[in-house]
Amino acid sequence: MPAVTVRDLTRRFGPFLAVDHVSFDVEQGEIFGFLGSNGAGKSTTIRMLCGLLKPSSGTATVGGIDVGRDPEGVKRRIGYMSQRFSLYELLTVEENITFFGGLYGLDDRTLAERRAFALDMAGLKGRERTLTRDLAGGWRQRLALGCAILHEPRILFLDEPTGGVDPVSRRQFWLLINRLSESGVTVFVTTHYLDEAEHCHRLALMHSGRIAALGTVSELKNVFAKRAVVEVRTASPMEAVRALDDLPSVEKTSLFGTALHVWLRPGQRATEPLRERLDGLGIHAESLEFVQPSLEDVFMDVVERAGGTAA
Amino acid sequence: MRKALAVGRKEFWQIVRDRRTLLILLFVPAFFLMLYGYALNFDIRHVRLAVMDREHNADSRDLLASFVNSTYFDIVATPTSMAEIERMMNTGEIRAALVIPEGMSRDLRTGHTAYVQVLINGDNANTATTVYGYAQAIVRGVSAQLQLQLVGGRGFAPPIMMEPRIWYNPELQSTLFLVPGLIGFIVMISSVVSTSLSIVREKERGTWEQVRMAPISTVSYVVGKTIPYFFISLVSAFLIIGAAMLLFELPVRGSWLLLLFGASIFIIGALGTGLLVSTLVDSQALAFLISLLISLLPTFILSGFIFPIASMPAPIRVITYGVPARYFLVILRGIVLKGLGFGMIADQFLALGVYSVVVLGLASVRLAKERG
Repeated sequence: MPAVTVRDLTRRFGPFLAVDHVSFDVEQGEIFGFLGSNGAGKSTTIRMLCGLLKPSSGTATVGGIDVGRDPEGVKRRIGYMSQRFSLYELLTVEENITFFGGLYGLDDRTLAERRAFALDMAGLKGRERTLTRDLAGGWRQRLALGCAILHEPRILFLDEPTGGVDPVSRRQFWLLINRLSESGVTVFVTTHYLDEAEHCHRLALMHSGRIAALGTVSELKNVFAKRAVVEVRTASPMEAVRALDDLPSVEKTSLFGTALHVWLRPGQRATEPLRERLDGLGIHAESLEFVQPSLEDVFMDVVERAGGTAA
Repeated sequence: MRKALAVGRKEFWQIVRDRRTLLILLFVPAFFLMLYGYALNFDIRHVRLAVMDREHNADSRDLLASFVNSTYFDIVATPTSMAEIERMMNTGEIRAALVIPEGMSRDLRTGHTAYVQVLINGDNANTATTVYGYAQAIVRGVSAQLQLQLVGGRGFAPPIMMEPRIWYNPELQSTLFLVPGLIGFIVMISSVVSTSLSIVREKERGTWEQVRMAPISTVSYVVGKTIPYFFISLVSAFLIIGAAMLLFELPVRGSWLLLLFGASIFIIGALGTGLLVSTLVDSQALAFLISLLISLLPTFILSGFIFPIASMPAPIRVITYGVPARYFLVILRGIVLKGLGFGMIADQFLALGVYSVVVLGLASVRLAKERG
């Protein structure tokens, strides 16, 4: 049985359709990424799945419990951590753990056991009495994660979990998440960092309240399998965009950091017309090579096809 | 309930860690009591007095002793001329002067009235009338005593007189009347503000959302959160009462248990008010402003603290029924000053209870709605 099943889940706020007939399943032990720009409906969906918000229509079960019927039952079975690592800054590391343990109704023995586990996981052994506000971002994030899984939930919701954290801490964090997933915990992550999405087993791209694409990372990238993407490195990318946009073999171009991604029409494999056009206009290209499409390519494409703009 | 206790313990840790808030909750009220107590104090003691005694005998010394023993006056100078008195008054060395005329004893014993002169620095009208009242009371006291001693030798005319105007209350109870009002005022403000801020702060920091994701009902969370504030407010209230007993000789003539009961209901109502505010706004600044507005002004103006309710116009009087401090003040004054029992002020307890239930009810409805 899937850990999460969602069928035609819908939520309105007045006339505004925040989530529009969304359906998907998440398997036990899966790291499931929920991607989309702000306002795409990610938060509303997650709030419904956590039992905070009643669906307007449709159903969702989390750990076998219907979120509309028994939101409290859902809350007992899930862990939740938000981007703000909502800890109490004036409490010590240990007091935060004790508080959240109490909130989930852990008895003293279980709490002692889980406290040791959380301290170990967060790497905060020996710093039990440090005030949380004195912790650096990465430690705070791991402590928040520890507090969120004190009651050993089988399903963990992470709402943009790595905002404002340095890359090293981010990597450490994902190591922890992978370990949890290996032990059978389902992890449901929302993010708008595309590099973070690469850590997920499967991804759902949300746009305007709907799921615009769903699949594994490689499946989503395969959307581009039939089309080649050429990365052009040049000192004058803006001119290059204008020069290449109206070539017959080019579907579209987009700026990609300091480089230029040129998407050829299906069946087209030749880079020579690009080179000729650039040379003809006196634009110097340092390199011109085929690249694997990134998730960002997929995301941009999905959003464009859905008729919107990515934020 | 276990969960609510976990919340209460957490809140308590937070408060203890946040020294500033704890200080505000516990000691600033007592500090305010002193500030307001002295500012609103119409009593004056240790008035610097100059004495020019032209009689120099047992009678004049008796009169002087009465002035000193009253503790209202300290004799700081004994000038020998009016010019000297004038200089001292001008420089502020003295605030008052007593001039005992030559021949006072003779007047006393021949059935005449002896007039003593009291000069008072009038630059502060309030102080002057107060000082005037003291002197008047003392002189009349001495006069009455002399009347008894000399009854055989004279008629009914008073032996010594200052001036025939009496308009100060010699009991000087102004502070005792104001202090209970101050206690209600301070407790109301600190409870409403601290509760509303503590909840709205969690909304701002995102911990509110985190807690709502946990399997604990909003109501038990809020109950847990308010428990520490209840006890702190209660301690604070009794600290103020203690300070008032120490500094202003506030008597507690009635039952301490009844006082505890009344203060508890009042604080629950105040916490409920703060709770209601916190369900209406999402920012600490706004919560602070609204809390102050709904607790400070009504409690100051509409509770009978300073302005008697009986003398308010009818529409305003109606509004005062919604001000909890109004009932608490009657309870407090009744217990503390008059030593009344429960039976005499049961209606006030009832009204206070109704207020608390209504406010808590409204807050619960609002909290339940927040769940969407």
